[in-house]
Amino acid sequence: MKYLDEFRDPALARKLLDEIQATVTRKWVLMEVCGGQTHSIIRNGIDQLLPEEIEMIHGPGCPVCVTPLEVIDKALAIASMPGIIFCSFGDMLRVPGSEMDLFRVKSQGGDVRIVYSPLDALKIARENPDKEVVFFGIGFETTAPANAMAVYQAKALGIRNFSMLVSHVLVPPAMEAILSSPTNRVQGFLAAGHVCSVMGYWQYVPLAEKYQVPIVITGFEPLDILEGIRRAVRQLEAGRAEVENAYERAVRYQGNPAAQRMVEDVFEVVDRKWRGIGVIPQSGWRLRPKYREFDAELRFSVADIYTQESPVCRSGEVLQGLIKPNECPAFGKECTPQNPLGATMVSSEGACAAYYQYGRFMTLEV
Amino acid sequence: MATIDLGSWSCPLPLRDHPNIILGHGGGGKLSGELVKHLFLPAFQNDALAGLGDAAVIDLAEQGQAGARLAISTDSFVVKPLFFPGGDIGELAVNGTVNDLSMSGARPLYLTAGFILEEGLPLDVLGRIVESMAAAAREAGVALVAGDTKVVEKGHGDGVYINTSGVGIVPPGVEIGPQRAAPGDVVLVSGTVGDHGMAIMSVREGLAFETDIRSDTAALNGLVAAILEACPKVHTLRDPTRGGVASALNEIAQAAGVGIVLDEQRIPVNPAVRSACEMLGMDPIYVANEGKLLAIVPEEWSEAVLRAMQAHPLGKQAAVIGQVTGEHPGMLVARTGIGGTRVVSMQIGEQLPRIC
Repeated sequence: MKYLDEFRDPALARKLLDEIQATVTRKWVLMEVCGGQTHSIIRNGIDQLLPEEIEMIHGPGCPVCVTPLEVIDKALAIASMPGIIFCSFGDMLRVPGSEMDLFRVKSQGGDVRIVYSPLDALKIARENPDKEVVFFGIGFETTAPANAMAVYQAKALGIRNFSMLVSHVLVPPAMEAILSSPTNRVQGFLAAGHVCSVMGYWQYVPLAEKYQVPIVITGFEPLDILEGIRRAVRQLEAGRAEVENAYERAVRYQGNPAAQRMVEDVFEVVDRKWRGIGVIPQSGWRLRPKYREFDAELRFSVADIYTQESPVCRSGEVLQGLIKPNECPAFGKECTPQNPLGATMVSSEGACAAYYQYGRFMTLEV
Repeated sequence: MATIDLGSWSCPLPLRDHPNIILGHGGGGKLSGELVKHLFLPAFQNDALAGLGDAAVIDLAEQGQAGARLAISTDSFVVKPLFFPGGDIGELAVNGTVNDLSMSGARPLYLTAGFILEEGLPLDVLGRIVESMAAAAREAGVALVAGDTKVVEKGHGDGVYINTSGVGIVPPGVEIGPQRAAPGDVVLVSGTVGDHGMAIMSVREGLAFETDIRSDTAALNGLVAAILEACPKVHTLRDPTRGGVASALNEIAQAAGVGIVLDEQRIPVNPAVRSACEMLGMDPIYVANEGKLLAIVPEEWSEAVLRAMQAHPLGKQAAVIGQVTGEHPGMLVARTGIGGTRVVSMQIGEQLPRIC
């Protein structure tokens, strides 16, 4: 397939692996920020092919995984109300709340629908004027422009039966939270390519400088990831700590100004709770006051739902890269993709699910 | 290499967390398997059922009819929409049961059809479906010999549900079943994977996207006959429907207590299906097929079977995609394009489009 096969070429992969091997002289710990990158690393077996010196830890960049339990509970409460059509990205349906998941709500008669874009939810709202249509607006900077556009259009077109349950999170504050943590082990980042295609990478320059850590903007195909690792290792070995763009075919320094303007118009920055991590200051978005009428939390009075997370699940430590998924005592036992305790076991981008799905719970030689 | 205890993977209290039936129970993956293993099998236990093949094979010697073996299978069809690119529910209902019978090596002979119709269904819709069933039955060379119709109130069904059951005769000397896959055997697929599932996905409400992907629905009894003619020693046949190639091969690995190594690069995938899967964050090896089969044959026969498949109109793109091994029993392992390996597990619940 054009623009994909080129980035999955086995001979070029081997060449990059050889270069990484030739460059590395000591142990380095790198974090891939995005869940899509984690998925690709495990799916392609990249972690098995890397030199021993390089340890990859899996970052908090899975939007499904970091959405706090209480937001899931709010979604479940709204979806269970009569007269509601609750629309969501597919993989949110299986995320366990404190008592059930959206699949269960659906099986009990709730109208829960999978959509691929918030604009599809807006269309459903237009076609069902007698119903309240709620879209579950989660994700990082990547999904924000489309979500912002849906709210913007709802207001412009006067579609009053549409609203959004917003739990948007931002990548740079999470990276800073990891770097400033006393237990931090991360020495270099592969930054999330898709996020940067929207936001650019100017925000990372002060981070790299302040914490003396190389940050390489990285894509998602096997060669993208190997190239990101190669550049991060090269910087570390040379004692440099710079921001580099290894995903030039999608990312510019300034990002996508039109998308940023749309987001800026609809959302404002707030403190946001991350599942398993806690509150990170200035790390999320909510609707600006002029769009507050489209805020599902207010419309359906679920703003005061608070929930405690499972004490057994250690997804917080997994999300911060402090433990590997298979080091959690519940991994593969009480907690499986079928019966997930934490969200990292739910989404295929979640580190725990990726480990389970691709068999990283045993040593396997073929 | 560590030994893997498959038993310890499954939840000690299956079905516990699902007091209601959820869509995943029909997804062909782990949840479907649990329903069969913990509910249906214990309730209906008998030897013919315990084989867990696509069709039950009954030796009539026990009934005093020496030599003859009967294959029986049943399947229900609840596809939405009723008409989709490349086929419709009627054609699917005939081909599905013909294929299940064929996977036991049987020559399918007779089908029955049960219809559950929703009040208000336009008669011409039913007419089109029935005509399409008749055409599919003619094509497959089977006769539809009994039927039943029930109507449910409006709002209690999606227009039409169809159940088909079928019987066939297994020729003497043919011994086919999931438990017969043996180390050293070669795994073949009869063509591109994922076409049916993505064709349905492309027209589903809320997900529709423009593409020319068409369902591969087809009766496979002709192809199976060609395979058996080339190699009567076929060990296993399976049509990878719900749950796709990945789930079918996992089931075989578990039934036979063998490992299977899949060469990811060699699995034929239609480029449009690959693009659609990339876009939706799905893996073609988990996507349903309705006109493809997996054949597991002794290595010395693999060339002959491949040639026989490729010579048949439904097997032109057949390929060798893997091998059975004595290593990692019960597990399916894929060699990835860039030379790594990964375990390919059973699908859990339904395939869900990813967020980004």
